[in-house]
Amino acid sequence: MALISTQSLKVDSRIRDLSFELHRGEVLGLIGPNGAGKSTLLHALVGLEDYLGSIECDDRAFDNYTRNQRARLIGLQPQTINSAWPISVRDVVSLGRIPWGDEDSNAVDHAMQLADITDFSERRVDHLSGGERARVWLARVLAGQPQVLLADEPVANLDIHFQLSVMDVLKNYAAQSHGVIVALHDLSLAARYCDKLCLLKAGQCVAYGTSDEVLTESLLQSVYEIEVDVDLNRMPPIVLPK
Amino acid sequence: MAEKINIIPWLIAVLLLVAWISLGQGSVPVSVWSGLHDWFNAMPSKEALIIGEIRLPRTLLALAVGAALGMSGAALQGLLRNPLAEPGLVGASQGAALGAATVFYFGLFTSFGTLAVTVAGLVGAILALSLMLGLSGSGRPSMVILAGLAISTIAGAALAIVLNFAPNPYAMQELVFWLLGSVSNRGLDSLFVLIPSLLLGGIIIWTQRPLLAALSLGEQVATSMGMAVNRGSRLIVLGVAILVGASVSVAGNIGFVGLLVPHLLRPFTGYRPDQLLIPSAIAGAILVCLADIFVRLLPFGQELKLGVLTSLLGAPLFIWLVIRESKRWP
Repeated sequence: MALISTQSLKVDSRIRDLSFELHRGEVLGLIGPNGAGKSTLLHALVGLEDYLGSIECDDRAFDNYTRNQRARLIGLQPQTINSAWPISVRDVVSLGRIPWGDEDSNAVDHAMQLADITDFSERRVDHLSGGERARVWLARVLAGQPQVLLADEPVANLDIHFQLSVMDVLKNYAAQSHGVIVALHDLSLAARYCDKLCLLKAGQCVAYGTSDEVLTESLLQSVYEIEVDVDLNRMPPIVLPK
Repeated sequence: MAEKINIIPWLIAVLLLVAWISLGQGSVPVSVWSGLHDWFNAMPSKEALIIGEIRLPRTLLALAVGAALGMSGAALQGLLRNPLAEPGLVGASQGAALGAATVFYFGLFTSFGTLAVTVAGLVGAILALSLMLGLSGSGRPSMVILAGLAISTIAGAALAIVLNFAPNPYAMQELVFWLLGSVSNRGLDSLFVLIPSLLLGGIIIWTQRPLLAALSLGEQVATSMGMAVNRGSRLIVLGVAILVGASVSVAGNIGFVGLLVPHLLRPFTGYRPDQLLIPSAIAGAILVCLADIFVRLLPFGQELKLGVLTSLLGAPLFIWLVIRESKRWP
């Protein structure tokens, strides 16, 4: 049974006829050029965009969930995020409990452990480095203990150390019988961490499957319109422009 | 970083102290205890008259107006994610003043008495805030201030028309004095309008604490966490309009309280907009009551208006805030 699935999903002209399935334990990577519809798709899944077609979660139509039930089921880490106030790391993470109406300290502590930010939990979020802050935003989503975690380019602007640490957190979260959908620009990371990939172009899914099936030189060349070097047999796998 | 401590008990203690000083402050030295005692027991003594009929309404009014302004400032700043938002700066006070002045001076709905003026103030504040939100399009700080300026200017111009056509110079002077902001000579019946408005507006805003907290991380995050952002924002605006409309219609413009109070308290509440509401209400009450005591202590023949004093103190702090904001991250 799919954790989340879509049938002929449309969001005005930005997503046109998209169908995919996400199972428990899986990391699904959304890849594709800028403007392909990755963010739009993630936004539709949390109710930020109106859509046509169907989205089902645990075999139940999305429309049958209340706003709050949906928020408990699906958590989103948006592409850009900022705190309007210089609140503490712990307070940011506890905001993730809002769908549950509590500030459950166990859930908050656990989320901070998963994201490895316990050491600076009392510091103010405006006093952190970009890499630390990215993990704080992620811990906020983890604190809500969603069944499906959506992350929109969570490794953009991070150095290679933090890129791997954030992707590890996501991979481990999926392994605990959750589902993760992550939009990525770095195709090598996508090959390394994602169980399934969905290659988008202009709102349509060009290819959907394992990295072997999706990350082929010919497909990537047709979508990105540049020549690409692909070596998936290497560990870690490499996908780079020529 | 200031430690997060529960400052509410401390604020309440200061509030009681300030209220007591306010009751004891006036041109005639009177025992507050015996005055209150006589007044509660309906004994016709001089003390009862001075405390019960003059100083108690004035003190309670100062506290209620201050609480309304403090809480509305905290709510507006949280909603707009903007530490510069203030009822006076986003046009709400001017809108309320315009509404109240119009009804007052054209003698509309006179059968409803003070209630008509209050409701008109409320409607004026709602209209001004709605226009401001429509014009600014979002909570972007610079847009909020610009839109607020535009709305205040329009409301100010309309108010000038009302003044222009005031029935006689005496009426105009009275209107101008009222606009300057004061809590003296208002009588207990003003409280019958103000207290319910304070409770109603306060409760409406209080129910939206999760939204204020969630909005710290922006509208996208708040929506993704299941918040009804549009509906909740409108409720907060309604709550603010009730608070500002009622306090302006009773006491005129008392500026900068809604700006300064949340700002001063924010470090003590861990910068959390949802935990700032009650402390801001109490501290607003303290500040306005203190200012009103100070006004009574000044040795001028003509009493300095309360709103003039708060503006004199508040404006420099506002300038300092603007300078600091311009250097703030990101």
